Amino acid sequence: MESALTLNHFLLVSGVLFAIGLAGVLVRRNLIIIFMCLELMLAAANLTLVAFSRFNVQDGQPNYDGQVLLFFIITVAAAEVAVGLAIIVALFRTKETTDVTKVNSMKY
Amino acid sequence: MSFLFYLFSALALMGGIGVVVNRNPVSAAFSMIISFLGLAALFIQLDAFLVGILQILVYAGAIMVLFLFIIMLLDVREEEKRRRPLINIIGAGGVIVGFIALVISVLSRSDVGKATIPALTEVEGPGTSDVHHIGELLFSTYWFPVQIVAVLILVATVGVVVLSKKELK
Repeated sequence: MESALTLNHFLLVSGVLFAIGLAGVLVRRNLIIIFMCLELMLAAANLTLVAFSRFNVQDGQPNYDGQVLLFFIITVAAAEVAVGLAIIVALFRTKETTDVTKVNSMKY
Repeated sequence: MSFLFYLFSALALMGGIGVVVNRNPVSAAFSMIISFLGLAALFIQLDAFLVGILQILVYAGAIMVLFLFIIMLLDVREEEKRRRPLINIIGAGGVIVGFIALVISVLSRSDVGKATIPALTEVEGPGTSDVHHIGELLFSTYWFPVQIVAVLILVATVGVVVLSKKELK
């Protein structure tokens, strides 16, 4: 069967998605969009974990350690988004902008 | 099976491109939700049901609502069109193309990646779902990381409250 899915398929999608997120971080200037692209890179890494977990079958069961790690990553990402957005709001209060090129110093 | 894989990975990648390309932050956020839905479908195709649902609930639900809320609260406007120096575009493009080429060259050399999806043994009855297995691992082998993550969330909550106060003093 030629069209059978291999691990490479999933890893390639994950890698390309990571590269798209990286492109967003490098190209965009809006701080919120940069933050969203960071989340995209995290989610792309998640796909790698799930793929390795599914392809590493032991006793007819996938390796659940990878999925547990994913659980922790999702939790940490949620906490990170909350703190990051609070920092962006605090920045907006003092600078009135979310453009990274206009934020050159931490001190106002 | 593979048709669904191509459909949903195209959905995830198109959503990702939409985030980078859209000038309007609200459209970018909605592209991000589409990308996460495609990713969640890929997770479910890999028999990771709990993680797929968590992806939808936490990422597409909670995190993106938070993003949209902040975008609307701050009234972020579209980025104005501005010519960027050519060296920036070339640099960013070089990094991206280099990264994808690296991934492809690593994948084409490895034997691990050529494995097809191994079959799972079907077990019926209570206590055999992936939710059960992950829960058991979380509260036995990984009990200490769970405690640390709980503390992390507490610290993040307190930090957000302090950061959101009117006067940072």
